[in-house]
Amino acid sequence: MGTFETLILILDSTVRLAIPLMFAALAGLYSERAGIFDIGLEGKMLAAAFAGAAAAAVYGSAWIGLFFAIIISVALALVHGFASITHRGNQIVSGVAINFIAAGTTIILGQAWFRQGGRTPALSAEGSRFTAIELPFAEAVADVPLLGPIYSELISGHSILVYLAFAAVPFTWWVLFRTRFGLRLRAVGENPGAVDTAGISVTWLRYRAVICCGILCGFAGAYLAVAQNAGFVKDMTAGKGFIALAALIFAKWKPVNVLLACLLFGFLDAVAIRFAGINFFGLFEVPPQFMQSLPYILTVVLLAGFIGKAIPPKAGGQPYVKER
Amino acid sequence: MAAPYAKLPGWVDYGLIPLVNLTVAFLVAGLVVLLVGENPLRAAQLLVQGAFGSGDGIGYTLFYATNFIFAGLCVAVAFHCGLFNIGGEGQAYVGGLGVAIVCLAFDSIFPWWINLPLATIMAAIAGALWALIPAWLQATRGSHIVITTIMFNFIAASFMVYLLVGPLKPVSSMAPETRTFAEGAQLPRLDWMLEMFGLTIRSSPLNITFLLALLVSFGVWLLIWRTRLGYEIRTMGFSPTAAKYAGVNQTRIIIVAMLVSGGLAGMMALNPVMGDQTRLQMNFVAGAGFVGIAVALMGRSHPVGIIPAAILFGMLYQGGAELSFEMPTISRDMIVIIQGLVILFAGALEHMFRPTIARLFHMAGGGALRPAAEPGE
Repeated sequence: MGTFETLILILDSTVRLAIPLMFAALAGLYSERAGIFDIGLEGKMLAAAFAGAAAAAVYGSAWIGLFFAIIISVALALVHGFASITHRGNQIVSGVAINFIAAGTTIILGQAWFRQGGRTPALSAEGSRFTAIELPFAEAVADVPLLGPIYSELISGHSILVYLAFAAVPFTWWVLFRTRFGLRLRAVGENPGAVDTAGISVTWLRYRAVICCGILCGFAGAYLAVAQNAGFVKDMTAGKGFIALAALIFAKWKPVNVLLACLLFGFLDAVAIRFAGINFFGLFEVPPQFMQSLPYILTVVLLAGFIGKAIPPKAGGQPYVKER
Repeated sequence: MAAPYAKLPGWVDYGLIPLVNLTVAFLVAGLVVLLVGENPLRAAQLLVQGAFGSGDGIGYTLFYATNFIFAGLCVAVAFHCGLFNIGGEGQAYVGGLGVAIVCLAFDSIFPWWINLPLATIMAAIAGALWALIPAWLQATRGSHIVITTIMFNFIAASFMVYLLVGPLKPVSSMAPETRTFAEGAQLPRLDWMLEMFGLTIRSSPLNITFLLALLVSFGVWLLIWRTRLGYEIRTMGFSPTAAKYAGVNQTRIIIVAMLVSGGLAGMMALNPVMGDQTRLQMNFVAGAGFVGIAVALMGRSHPVGIIPAAILFGMLYQGGAELSFEMPTISRDMIVIIQGLVILFAGALEHMFRPTIARLFHMAGGGALRPAAEPGE
């Protein structure tokens, strides 16, 4: 296989691996820009993946699966909101709790309902899974050198959720930076007191941000279980929620940067999967474990302020106490 | 309700409210059991029976509790400094490396009673080192320690996989683990201690690390409440500005507190690695580091609370394993749910029932204890 074909294959799997990260990182973006830290992305994604796969298997429809994925994810997001907005609890603690509740519940319910060792039934029926969409002329231009494979392999042939994820990036940018809701949402993450003074409810605004976060995590989970794979397997998120969190920080809480950070982390993952160990000029070998941990290492380096400074929303993590 | 919470007597604050929170957590867990079509009361009965019904059961319960005591202390020390160390899992994993280095080097040279202190020191050093970078970044560059410690958990996982499939694996072996340690690095079991209470033991991994855990708990109490360093740590956690005004070197205190915290997590590795499996295996921590969060929250970051909380989780762990034989739909993963619910109700929602309890308390004639402001306004 030529270098070019290999590159196309790697980029193709980069896209596939980056999609759940993009949904989850954008989910975190809404929440954290409103001042609610969310380390429960992983748990929400996992619960959504389970709910999506279970519903898609039972009702035979990928769309119903997506619907239930979003419902469950939003429900968990509301638990996080209830604890951290209404009861002013510690947001980190609440997020940790949600991760554990999701991890345990998906396995217990999966085993009780389907009895396949925590798996949901494989989604084989027509329409029970989001399948690849062939874009027009993909077949026809496949033989055109250079651009042909890029179009037919890389751009065409993904499921609808992949295109939605890419559309969600400019949409999020538009919502956050060009609408009144977005302005207020960002304001409540920086200075909730000012928002309150303007007569806008901090609580309601933050709840809406948390719900947006739930919806997008629902998409992330549905993508994993109903599009990328044909069903749920236990612990299938395998830390993707935390990589998404890393990507969000790496992107300095900006939507377009989120896209780039997720593609970078997806690329690292794709390379690590493709090459067991990469040999650099025959001098030394880079172990695949190093490639896998590179997103985390990069995030730590970034957080340390050695490559630019990641400044979180100012009021992030602090419950808002209305003055009397 | 911007009013400060009403003042309540100590037994309500440290006894009643945690108990209410815990009860609610277990009730919700009962709902999950109901949802999978089993009887929660019978499940609870089987669980307690599995954990305390036999000598072996008790041995296993205390064996798991040993891990959770270390993990709970790790989280608690950081809590006292106002830091949330989620990295106990990774620090314990790397702590295992410290244990393994001593064991592999000296297991056929020294007897266990020389190797144990050596391994303890190395485990603590390895765990502390793994906490050093997040601590240093938090103290000097303001990087959020929650995020960095999460990242270090993943880095630890990759790092240990690399070592266990590579340098640490015997050439002839396929399994990603070190060779089995010789007798000099196998810790004595505590069967005699349980037999003193008239229990019969067939196979229980409970070992001398349990006593070490109790000793270390006492040490942590001394450190936090009886030394100058502990005072500085608590001041820092209570009010960083007050600590600064009092001339506490914040950078130093954050780093020292995290080193102690990481060291405690590292020592956890002694119990499974040297006490039970007598070799370093992949994923031997198996989530115990995270249980520490629930244990510390439940035990209110005090050793006196942490030990019973750890035993409770040890009971859930051991009883849960027994339970899954009787009720196959309820696997050990039920514990993960309970753990999550405890963290939710005893941690994030710890103040949910407080106003209600305060109101009930005042209605019941606690008139002398007027709150600073009426709750509920």
